[in-house]
Amino acid sequence: MGEAVHQLTHLRAAPLVTVAVFLLPVVAGLAGTLLPAFGYLPAIGGLELSLAPWRDLVATPGFATSLAITLLTGIVTPMVAAAIAFCFCAWAHGRPWMRRASAAVTPILATPHSAVAIGLAFVVAPSGWIVRLLSPWATGFDVPPEVATVGDPRGVALIVALLVKEVPYLVLMIVGALAQVRVDAHMAIARSLGYSRASAWMKAIAPQVYRQVRLPIFAVVAFSLSVVDVALVVGPSNPPTLAVLAMRGFTDADVARYFPASAAAVLLFLLVMAVIAAWVTCERVARVLGRRWIAAGARNGASGPVAAAGSLAFAALALLAASSILSMALWSVASQWRFPDALPSAWDVAQWSRRMSALAAPFWTTLATGVVSTLVALVLVVACLENEARMRRRAGTGVLWLLYVPLLVPQIAFLFGAQVLLVRAGLDGTLAAVVWAHLVFVLPYLFLSLCDPWRALDPRYARSAASLGASPLRVLVAVKIPLLSRPLLVACAVAFAVSVAQYLPTVFAGNGLVATLTTEAVTLASGADRRVVGAYATLQALLPMAGFAVAVAWGRGTR
Amino acid sequence: MTRCIVIAVMLVLAGAAVSQPAPWQDIELRARGQTVNFNAWGGDEKTNAFIQWAGDEVAARHGVKINHVKLRDTAEAVTRVVAEKAAGRNAGGSVDLVWINGPNFLALKQQGLLYGPFAEGLPNYAKVDTTNMRSNVVDFTIPVDGMESPWRRAQIVFVIDGKRVADPPRSVAELLSWAKRHPGRLAHPSVRNFLGVTFLKQALHELAGGASVLQQPATDDNFAKVTAPLWAWYDELRPMLWRKGRQFPDNGPAQRQLMNDGEIDIMVSFNPAEAAVSVNAGLLPPTVRTVVFSRGTIGNTSFVAIPYNAANKEGAMVVANFLLHPATQARAQDYRQTGNFTVLDLAKLSPAERKLFDDLPKSPALPTNAELGASLLEPHASWMTRIAAEWEKRYTN
Repeated sequence: MGEAVHQLTHLRAAPLVTVAVFLLPVVAGLAGTLLPAFGYLPAIGGLELSLAPWRDLVATPGFATSLAITLLTGIVTPMVAAAIAFCFCAWAHGRPWMRRASAAVTPILATPHSAVAIGLAFVVAPSGWIVRLLSPWATGFDVPPEVATVGDPRGVALIVALLVKEVPYLVLMIVGALAQVRVDAHMAIARSLGYSRASAWMKAIAPQVYRQVRLPIFAVVAFSLSVVDVALVVGPSNPPTLAVLAMRGFTDADVARYFPASAAAVLLFLLVMAVIAAWVTCERVARVLGRRWIAAGARNGASGPVAAAGSLAFAALALLAASSILSMALWSVASQWRFPDALPSAWDVAQWSRRMSALAAPFWTTLATGVVSTLVALVLVVACLENEARMRRRAGTGVLWLLYVPLLVPQIAFLFGAQVLLVRAGLDGTLAAVVWAHLVFVLPYLFLSLCDPWRALDPRYARSAASLGASPLRVLVAVKIPLLSRPLLVACAVAFAVSVAQYLPTVFAGNGLVATLTTEAVTLASGADRRVVGAYATLQALLPMAGFAVAVAWGRGTR
Repeated sequence: MTRCIVIAVMLVLAGAAVSQPAPWQDIELRARGQTVNFNAWGGDEKTNAFIQWAGDEVAARHGVKINHVKLRDTAEAVTRVVAEKAAGRNAGGSVDLVWINGPNFLALKQQGLLYGPFAEGLPNYAKVDTTNMRSNVVDFTIPVDGMESPWRRAQIVFVIDGKRVADPPRSVAELLSWAKRHPGRLAHPSVRNFLGVTFLKQALHELAGGASVLQQPATDDNFAKVTAPLWAWYDELRPMLWRKGRQFPDNGPAQRQLMNDGEIDIMVSFNPAEAAVSVNAGLLPPTVRTVVFSRGTIGNTSFVAIPYNAANKEGAMVVANFLLHPATQARAQDYRQTGNFTVLDLAKLSPAERKLFDDLPKSPALPTNAELGASLLEPHASWMTRIAAEWEKRYTN
């Protein structure tokens, strides 16, 4: 009995420890970026608070354009992504292959953003795969056309690269949210009143689901406004987005550039808040208009065709994603692939074995970082959920917002500050620091994937076991974990994929010394041999997919 | 006469002063077991493979391991050393050896963030060409003073697709008229990249007519006047560039990829062997050739330097010395490897060592030494910094 009490007090600390682990770097890092944004960083001679960093930032050539591209990307991407995701869900609802379609997008979700972006940069380039497939027989091009696609000054390629990943993410979130809504009953009523499938879904289901996917949509807003790795690969460069501008400043030889870079990072944070605030305001307007629209009662209005068009867009994005991943796999075994050949003209599968020694180190680092951060997160999350169950108190919505903090604060806004602190602590450049930086993102995702199934577990199982004399620990290990093995494994696969994808946290916490597949791929993507980049991007995509495959296979085995 | 003797004695004493603190054997002994964090730009696979090979060699010969920290930009390593200094980490730093030159070298040297002088103490340094190859001792007009050790040489050349360019341009004026006849088929890397700004410096060298002013620091007074012809020329050229000069490849390899993809016909390179190297590696079509401007092109030297707080200085010196070994240099010059022309003076080598260079394979994409000519000196680094800033101001919007 005494031991059980002891255990409980340990467990009670779990939420606090968890919050400290993933929020401390964010909060401390934000402060560590805020001060230099106002000129204070004694280490490099900034001793007085001033507005000079902001003046320098505004005076940066092309600043206004940078700001405009950033806002355009950050507003258009979530709007279009949400629209397509909702359209697809409305159109596909109840169709027999819906479940299989959701399974089919898992590989796209698992693949790191940067790997997709690297492939996409080749697929959509004027000399890229699409034009190669059509040239010269259909286009008449002997040389690539003189148009800007990848890295276009307005950032269209960046938006497309983001949509390719964000739409499946939101679809998955919507599908998850549907479980919380009495979909079948509401759909049946709406259909019996004569609404078409898409109209019924849009009018009866979407408003209920939307409330639950707001936070994921805000995460997409924050990500689109502040992403660095994807913008480095396919974004505009002259001038770049604000996030890349900040990144350039943080890596400039002239340390004085840290100050305007910090200001840019803080500005990004403010932009995220402003865009989300504007979004919330628009929601109010949309609510009024939406009510009128629903009350008007059109049974078979534009919803059908719009939903179908959105689904078509979704299919096109999925095709782009698949061909991006495939194109990199092809490059990794090509020896020669010149314009306008539709496929490589010479193959060299053996280059994989030649590159093995170079690939091995980042591969193992990626694997180790992913596994360790996933396991640490798993222990903390299970402890939190178990504590919650034993206290019979469910975390409120406030906690949900807390979990989203790392997904809503731009990475670049706190990672520089966090790096300064790590250097102070002598922890920078260590694997431990990188694991910690990954935990900031791995923890929330693991919690979000696991909390619903965990809470949905019938408490009577645990109660029966306890009435038979099992200790709480035994109930957890012998009853709950086996019953929840499948969601546990899937949550781990999600967490692992999140770790594999991290670029900026690895670069900053690792101080450039810790190389993962993702950091190597992004570095190489700035122009190196596509056959090499192809090998890195392919491994980068395969590793998380393998994680999901293991989770599924293992889950079957334990059933 | 007496003066000569005094100077000779001083030289001997100076030499003794350099070698006294740690004889080479001691350095080699202490280096054993160290892992050198070699910070080097990681965008070129051939160079990466070369560094990996060098790592295997020094591990086998000297028990020193190399950890290649691949940088997107050398400035990242400079930043790190500066950040460590700021954080008070004056020993046990994370950068042991850095591939460097020009403004990055100047930044570290000025702030006293380099270890040394060490270069003259390296046994293989005796074979370095310090007389004809001025860039080995003067880095962008900054005296090297033994604070960095040379390892490869670079000179501007233009790589053309021989199948599509019948009349290769031989001057910046001819380059402009060629671009006007073939809009969109010429690119240069972003001016934020050293190769991009070097392209502009090459143009400035020719257009400013008279290089002496460029050997002095640029001033507020003379910069606008000296560079006026450059901007006039560039204003005409820019709309004729790839993507109308609104988008630029990030760096040399990205530019080369455009060439391999058939998006451009002429590109600038800082390695006279790049065409041959790339054809061999399948990174450029076999029809490419190398041309050099008739009035010469800018050349410089790549160095390695050791930060003041490096944790593994002895290991770093062993690596720097290995990079200067004649066999290492000959391997580097082989276009099947990296194709970097040597920094050594072939006249100072033994016949056996010289044979290593004579036996290197030939390629039609390689320029001859005569075609290459003597390289022009890099302008003072301040010109580069100012040109980059001015370009950014004028053309980023």
